[in-house]
Amino acid sequence: MAAASVIEARDLSLTFETADGPVYALSKVNLTVHDGDFVSFIGPSGCGKTTLLRVIADLEQATEGVISVNDMRPDEARRKRAYGYVFQAPALYPWRTIERNVALPLEIMGFSAGERTERIQRNLDLVNLTGFEKKFPWQLSGGMQQRVSIARALAVDPKLLLMDEPFGALDEIVRDKLNQQLLELWGRTKKTVVFVTHSIPEAVFLSSRIVVMSPRPGRIIDVIETNFPKDRSLDIRETPEFLKVAHRVREGLREGHSYED
Amino acid sequence: MTLAATASRPTLASVLASGSVLPVAIIVLTTILIWYAAAVPMNKVLTQPLIDAAGGGFYDTLSVSWSLPRPVLPAPHQVLAELWNTVFTVEPWRPRSLLYHCWVTLSSTLLGFVLGTLLGIGLAIAIVHVKALNRSLMPWIIASQTIPILAIAPMIIVVLGSIGLTGLLPKSLISMYLCFFPVTIGMVKGLTSPDPMQLDLMRTYHASTSQVLWKLRWPSAVPFLFTSLKVAIAIALVGAIVAELPTGAQAGIGARLLNGSYYGQTQQIWAALIAAAVMSSGLVWLVGFIERQAARAMGTKS
Repeated sequence: MAAASVIEARDLSLTFETADGPVYALSKVNLTVHDGDFVSFIGPSGCGKTTLLRVIADLEQATEGVISVNDMRPDEARRKRAYGYVFQAPALYPWRTIERNVALPLEIMGFSAGERTERIQRNLDLVNLTGFEKKFPWQLSGGMQQRVSIARALAVDPKLLLMDEPFGALDEIVRDKLNQQLLELWGRTKKTVVFVTHSIPEAVFLSSRIVVMSPRPGRIIDVIETNFPKDRSLDIRETPEFLKVAHRVREGLREGHSYED
Repeated sequence: MTLAATASRPTLASVLASGSVLPVAIIVLTTILIWYAAAVPMNKVLTQPLIDAAGGGFYDTLSVSWSLPRPVLPAPHQVLAELWNTVFTVEPWRPRSLLYHCWVTLSSTLLGFVLGTLLGIGLAIAIVHVKALNRSLMPWIIASQTIPILAIAPMIIVVLGSIGLTGLLPKSLISMYLCFFPVTIGMVKGLTSPDPMQLDLMRTYHASTSQVLWKLRWPSAVPFLFTSLKVAIAIALVGAIVAELPTGAQAGIGARLLNGSYYGQTQQIWAALIAAAVMSSGLVWLVGFIERQAARAMGTKS
């Protein structure tokens, strides 16, 4: 019945040894992400949400516990290029045009020139940026640049898309628009998305599942399923169902803080 | 109608006041005036008897001070005359031509510059990729630049001469010795300039070390490279001239300087110095020009 699991974490812990003693970034995290899920990690800064995403991407290594990505260890999954990663900043290469930025992973992974052209077109079209191929990054707005970085992550057609606060640096109007576009994109491409955010409306609007996290030590304190229709629009944010979920997230975040401070 | 025309056409005064013409002209004029004025007391040891013989007036003082055949400090027009005679009245392939000497120095400068740049880039790439080299090689690289080049240039020339290497190459090696340093320092900085996020991005693609180097580190380092190259090409020229000094070279700017001082031909020394300065600015300008072309090709916001 349940879809195949894409990410499976069991008792995952990560401790950074620093000069001021150990920092418990993640503690006993258990998590399953199914194929086609849109999962958000939400929590205050320092709760380990980005660290968890980086462990999935093999940019950090867990010190304890087990994690599998596509039934592989994260380093194997990374070598097999199982995921696309979108960072907080667009991280476009300023000396490359938009099309050549999207081409970067394709070049590295050895796609043919014809295949590259086709994929650049398809993915720029997917993020509504057709016509900007020959522009340089500085000629685009911040929101457009972040869409290029999404197109770049999608270019190699990964089943899994990891997004680390991709819209955090954008203003609210642009962010709303991109949320809507991302949701449509998710519906169309049927990717599994893991999304890190600190915005409650963003998490509730986008996700099929919300993972609420809490700091010191970084851990999961609640997992909330949402059952909004797939073709929802931004208006859904005014509905009682939406507000109920948002309330539960807020409660969770508050609870996580209660025996701190 | 005429009013509009006069308003739009810039007058001489407005051009002088607005652009850089006026400041540049003032500096040049001041320099020349100081130079002319300085020639009088500087040449006093030689001119005093002549001035007395000519009558000792103000006009005699100036005319004698500014027209000595072997002055301590030649007047600007004497240097200009020397430049004119050695550049425009002799075929450029004759040893009497200053252009011939310029070319001798320029060729070893350019060869040394190319060798130094390649060495500098090679060292920087090695240092960036092998952590141990940063600790073990860097102190030697820095120490190499604390040795006065004038002290080791003769040794290098003699050692290389004993194994049969003479002429262009030993001089170029001294240029190389001087100019690899700024390239190494600049490129180590440049190759490590990509931010962690851009490096993480490459990691998510499972990019190889050479892909990271050529697709990320190298393009990031280009602005640093050109800054280093401007320094490097200027000191490559200095290196080539210095290499000609202690070795009794027969040709080159350095040989001109040495000859001039042997025979008290100060005009010749000054003409050679001016030629070196012109070459040096030309080379730095050329590097800057290539830099601007590269920046345009790399989409830099202009």
